[in-house]
Amino acid sequence: MMLFQLETPVRALVTWFPDWPLVAARLADALPPDVPAAVIGQGVIAACSAEARAEGVVRGLRLREAQTRCPELVVCAVDPVRDAREFEPVVSSLEERTPGVEVLRPGLCAIRAKGAARYYGGEEAAAGAVLESADSLGVEARVGIADSVFAAEQAARSTSELSAVLVLPPGSSRDFLTPFPVGVLGQPKLASLLKRLGILTLGNFANLPAADVRARFGAAGITAHALASGQDPRKVIPRTPPRKLDQRAEFEPGLDRVDQLAFQLRATADAFVAGVQTESLVCTELRVLITDEAGSRSERTWGHPRHFTASDVVDRVRWQLQSQPLAQGRMPDGGTHDGGMARGGLSSPVTRVEFVPVRVDSIAHHGRALFGDGAEEQIHHGLSRIQSMLGHEAVVVPAISGGRLLAERRRLVPWGDALPAGAAALASRPWPGRIPDPQPATVFASLIPVLLLDADKEKVRTDHRGGLIAPPMWFCPGGDPARRRLVAQWAGPWPLKQRWWDADHRLEADRFQLVDGNGEAWLLLLDEQNWWAEARYD
Amino acid sequence: MSPRLSSASPASLRDDLQAQIHLMQGKRGSERSLPVLPSLSRILPGGLRPGAAYSIQGSMSLAMALLAGPSLNGSWCGVAGLPDFGVEAAAGFGIALDRLVLVPDPGTSWTPVIAAMADVLSVVLARAPGRIAPAEAARLGARLRERSSVLLVLGPWPQSEAVLQVNGFEWAGLGQGHGHLAKQELELEVALRGSSRRASVDLADSGPVDLSRHRMGA
Repeated sequence: MMLFQLETPVRALVTWFPDWPLVAARLADALPPDVPAAVIGQGVIAACSAEARAEGVVRGLRLREAQTRCPELVVCAVDPVRDAREFEPVVSSLEERTPGVEVLRPGLCAIRAKGAARYYGGEEAAAGAVLESADSLGVEARVGIADSVFAAEQAARSTSELSAVLVLPPGSSRDFLTPFPVGVLGQPKLASLLKRLGILTLGNFANLPAADVRARFGAAGITAHALASGQDPRKVIPRTPPRKLDQRAEFEPGLDRVDQLAFQLRATADAFVAGVQTESLVCTELRVLITDEAGSRSERTWGHPRHFTASDVVDRVRWQLQSQPLAQGRMPDGGTHDGGMARGGLSSPVTRVEFVPVRVDSIAHHGRALFGDGAEEQIHHGLSRIQSMLGHEAVVVPAISGGRLLAERRRLVPWGDALPAGAAALASRPWPGRIPDPQPATVFASLIPVLLLDADKEKVRTDHRGGLIAPPMWFCPGGDPARRRLVAQWAGPWPLKQRWWDADHRLEADRFQLVDGNGEAWLLLLDEQNWWAEARYD
Repeated sequence: MSPRLSSASPASLRDDLQAQIHLMQGKRGSERSLPVLPSLSRILPGGLRPGAAYSIQGSMSLAMALLAGPSLNGSWCGVAGLPDFGVEAAAGFGIALDRLVLVPDPGTSWTPVIAAMADVLSVVLARAPGRIAPAEAARLGARLRERSSVLLVLGPWPQSEAVLQVNGFEWAGLGQGHGHLAKQELELEVALRGSSRRASVDLADSGPVDLSRHRMGA
């Protein structure tokens, strides 16, 4: 009995999906296909497409440098959640052909080679089956088979597009790993130390006696030493495929009426809620994906102040369809839809609806109190009823946010949605230029054109130093000079300048407070040319 | 006036028993009025009567001040048909924003939306619809009485408990090219149960509100 020897590693088949963050972004429609594209993490390129690579963009390059090399580069931010989400169908498809998949990280997974090789009649054949499964989903994959997970991963990474499979014969893994630099161990601190000690390759490191490595580098060192010797102690631990909580409904032919769709979806929504409940969970955040015949996809995440019931789920689908036509996705004719959709109609028949639980909570936290939950629940029911009459955005909860314009400082969040992160922090910042209390009671949702005239009935202007050329005399609330009122009291200009570098958000204006002859008090705004009423004190 | 179980005088005992009778008859809360800010307690001495409609003409600030009393006291409030409602001013009056719900555009279904809001919210502030049939207003009034909620209408309303008409504003703090608006006084005309009176009210200077004392004194 050799109890103390390291267990012999099992032969592993590692599948690597090159540039997974980029592939995932393209699958999620965050990046367009067939153009130079890259995913950015912390200001450097995390993954880039083959088109971008041809222009000289490589991983680890700073964004600015990459854009110099390839000006038409399309970028999006790295999103680990998106990577994992898009990897899920790939893993499920892999599991159908070769069960027992361990996901090492999104874009990399391992399988015990033995079972698959026996079933398919050889390791190459097993690798071929894996490639086929990836090919059926339209993603590129590389396969490496070796004596340990680590060696197999390195083998998969050293394949090329033309020969996507590398099988190392049993016993050859250590020799294969010999020329690799110590950086591939994935321990930057250890790698840097080893380099300074003159140990540059895995072969050099593996040749050191294990006892000395343990004495000098500790537990982390001995693990790395085992990896370098081709004796990865990690086993392949197959994941238990998660119970599917998401539900989908397909329609053939597609449905083009919202009421039909709501009726048909009722059973799916019931199944979704029941499925979540059998796991003793409730869904508090839901993602609804709607695909139409033209192939465009509408995706939206909905929150719920309590938890979703089946009719809530159906309501969300209805609101999603009514709030936006399916025009955001790719249109086959290249045209864009103008929003001329009839209320309750659709731009193109819906073929598929999916419900994915984003956030779930234990059902125990949402139990009903014995004597009812009192007022708050009643209020929620009442407001949800108004939402189902008028639409999701019709019932809103106000909050104070940051900004200089008064309309910007007012944030309206639909009932049931969470307040956007950071809104409260934004509101607590100082915002120089804020108007002193009391705040105006009427804040116009959009600015109203008005006129302020001086004694010569000329428009009041400021000079280049920000002072007034002539004091105001007449105020025309409707913008019509014929119906003017005398200015009783006024103050200003209070300059308002922000973000001159940002064309979309730049603002250069002067504020005035004014009491007109009728005793009404106004807050006015003068931009380069025109006078506007921002708010009224009434 | 709220029933006080602890006191033993015959008058309060009678009030107490009457309240219990009301409670058993299903007239919930009819004996308990909603508080108003101290600055308004002079013109609405009894507070806001549950189930009643009030018409406010010419001032959003006054409407906010009327909402603030119940909101400070823990009630949920709703605002319908006012897309220009200044949220910061509302917070300044003491309205709790986490118990405030806005329906900026009730659309064509004005009455059903107001009725649905009044079902669950204690106070609803709404801009008056263009035209409303007296029968429809009466139906809404019955709904309000049933749910014991208060409707504040910005504009004319056929069956209102009181009409608060703002005739003018008096401003202080602003000069000719200097200063800023600091103090607002409303010239108010209140028509309450047939009698009309004028008052000048300073809303901005309502100061720290001591509602517990207000309730005792109401």
